[in-house]
Amino acid sequence: MTAPGQEKLVISGLHAAVDGQEILKGVDLEIGRGEIHALMGPNGSGKSTLGYCIMGHPSYEVTAGSIELVEADGTRHDLLAMEPDQRARAGVFLAFQRPMSIPGVRLADFLRHAVTNVRNPDRKEGQELMPMRDFRSELKAKMADLSIDTEFARRYVNDGFSGGEMKRAEILQLAMLRPKFAILDETDSGLDADAVRLASQSIARIGGAEMGILIITHHEQLLEHNIPLRTHVMLGGRIVESGGPELAAELHKRGYERIRAAYPEAAAAERSLQDAATSNAPHPVTA
Amino acid sequence: MATGLHPSAGDSSTIAIGTGDAIGDINKYDFRTDSPAVFKARRGIDAGIVAQISEMKREPAWMRDFRLKSLEIFNSKPMPHWGGDIAVNFQDIFYYLKPAEQQGKTWEEVPDAIKKTFDRLGIPEAERKFLSGVKAQFESEVVYGSLQEDLSKQGVIFTDTDTAVREHPELLREYFGRIIPPTDNKFAALNSAVWSGGSFIYVPKGVKIEFPLQAYFRINAESMGQFERTLIIVDEGAQVHYVEGCTAPMYSTESLHSAVVEIVVKKHGRCRYTTIQNWANNIYNLVTKRAMAYEGAMMEWIDGNLGSHLTMKYPAVYMMEPGARGEILSIAFASAGQHQDAGAKLVHAAPNTSGRIVSKSISKNGGRSSYRGLVRVEPGARKSRSSVVCDALILDDKSRSDTYPYIEIEEQDVSIGHEASVSKIGEEQLFYLTSRGLTEAEASTMIVSGFIEPLVKELPMEYAVEMNRLIELQMEGSVG
Ligand SMILES: Nc1ncnc2c1ncn2[C@@H]1O[C@H](COP(=O)(O)OP(=O)(O)OP(=O)(O)O)[C@@H](O)[C@H]1O
Ligand SMILES: [Mg+2]
Repeated sequence: MTAPGQEKLVISGLHAAVDGQEILKGVDLEIGRGEIHALMGPNGSGKSTLGYCIMGHPSYEVTAGSIELVEADGTRHDLLAMEPDQRARAGVFLAFQRPMSIPGVRLADFLRHAVTNVRNPDRKEGQELMPMRDFRSELKAKMADLSIDTEFARRYVNDGFSGGEMKRAEILQLAMLRPKFAILDETDSGLDADAVRLASQSIARIGGAEMGILIITHHEQLLEHNIPLRTHVMLGGRIVESGGPELAAELHKRGYERIRAAYPEAAAAERSLQDAATSNAPHPVTA
Repeated sequence: MATGLHPSAGDSSTIAIGTGDAIGDINKYDFRTDSPAVFKARRGIDAGIVAQISEMKREPAWMRDFRLKSLEIFNSKPMPHWGGDIAVNFQDIFYYLKPAEQQGKTWEEVPDAIKKTFDRLGIPEAERKFLSGVKAQFESEVVYGSLQEDLSKQGVIFTDTDTAVREHPELLREYFGRIIPPTDNKFAALNSAVWSGGSFIYVPKGVKIEFPLQAYFRINAESMGQFERTLIIVDEGAQVHYVEGCTAPMYSTESLHSAVVEIVVKKHGRCRYTTIQNWANNIYNLVTKRAMAYEGAMMEWIDGNLGSHLTMKYPAVYMMEPGARGEILSIAFASAGQHQDAGAKLVHAAPNTSGRIVSKSISKNGGRSSYRGLVRVEPGARKSRSSVVCDALILDDKSRSDTYPYIEIEEQDVSIGHEASVSKIGEEQLFYLTSRGLTEAEASTMIVSGFIEPLVKELPMEYAVEMNRLIELQMEGSVG
């Protein structure tokens, strides 16, 4: 539970579907600013889906429940009523498990636009962007912190980036946009051992007391410098168990067998989801 | 006559002839006030009109004969059967208007949409009036004066084609109508009969002009006519980059615009010709552009087409001698009520020639864009190489894009590649950008700018900036 006078992201009773197929089946989660939470769970359990729902991906239909930002004074903001860009301006950020490439658009140009909008939530289209000089010097400093070559800013967004480069670019965006709440969806996957350590340190530095972070991961290293207040386990579209850092260690060592046995209903949901996913898979096209 | 009009011989004779007044009498009219023009142009086209145009321009007999012969060819040629639907009544058009008449419009008559675009592009007051046809002349003598001096010291000729006919008959007679003869197509014939304005450039052997030459620098009342005629001769080892027109919307009450651009690039010469045209939505823009590139020479067309009702334009490079190279990069943006039928033509007429076509089109809001291209390899053009890449981006279900690639190869030992793609703006890309705080409109604009970026970066800096702003304008209101 989060302290009363704290700004928080509150998800309750969340159900969500893709193409009429229900994936999230009642998710409850509260993250306060300054807290770190870890979200684990087997492949296909619905972790990324939760991230997309928080950010407002148009393919994911929320069928029940709510996602709200609750200010320290208790004022509630309904995220579900906002477009993705409004959610970003309200201080929510999602680092993608698979970032999209945008050919022809330079990372720096995109980021300058994004930073301008997020820092001036009331900015109208066509109004001035953040001054180039200020933006450049800030970007340069952040890139140095993350040991990213400045040449990267001139490259097209995620176009031809290696897996690890994409993830580092996501962390760079996190650093520039400084959201109140960030969901990091497997930001450690694709990074080599040194890069994971660096990412772990950077995230801890960027986050600090100002950011509430949900770290979705299959590993432990990212949590090394970001000790989660709570670790949650998702199975079959629900968070079935939450615990301390010892839970992450256990899952990492022993896998999900104990969890599946302890929550047979969720395990059944997991199986039916998997069946649906395989029967929906496109058949190979014969030429 | 226009106030402050450049007092070149051609302009004054324009007024005198046709009124029956002696040339010397020109001063008795006070052209600074709105005295009615004495020569009254009439609609339609026939030998009488064509002869009169030639007479008003005080042209030599060879040009008058050329015009009259072209008219016959025009009359005998069928309308092109490809491309768009050309709903033009040739007898309902003014083929020649004196500058003073072109100037007849007032600022109030210019449509609001055009004015708004001027605002958004930050076009200076003086230029706005010129571009919208309110003022016949663009005053930039200051910029131009020193430049002109520099150029003429090196033997460069840069003038309007009307003046060139009078002052450089030997060059004109050798090249005019030789690259694109009036027999080439109906609209080339029409232009040959009634042409007016356009640029003439001659770059002598070995002279390399380092900065882009712009039509802007050339001051002439007729510089933005309906039937411009441009001729560029790049002599051996010489180099020029010419930038035609500008990105501001060109507004005209006449609906048919049909230009001809002829270019010769001699041995080891280089020429780059950049155009960005942004016509008002009522315009038929039917242009013939062709360059001949000789031994080791390089010709590049960079062509941006926005606006207009129908544009048909296929810049061509004929590679005439070994080692010649041709490149055509084009961008087309078609929105509601617009059809961009644009493309390119590469003809390999000699061994070891190489060509490249890159075409990008965007269709939005019911707009239609077509790529129409021809790569031809003549017999004997061994070891020729050509590559064609055309990518289309369609922004919604109402819009359309077609590709008509023609390849004619009459030689074995060649390498020709063709790639085409049609794509839509992906929901995933939009979501990625909007999740970082960009509105959907900003995100689509960014994706579109990214799509054409490989070509935009070839433009001179200020044109690249304006091109991006134009794309923003075109994209406005596209997402609802
Ligand atoms: N756009 C979609 N279309 C169809 N099915 C989808 C879509 N997105 C998710 N799913 C399905 O929903 C289920 C949950 O997917 P999700 O990506 O949320 O899992 P995850 O927990 O993030 O898994 P992983 O650990 O492999 O990243 C899967 O069965 C998946 O196939
Ligand atoms: Mg996932």
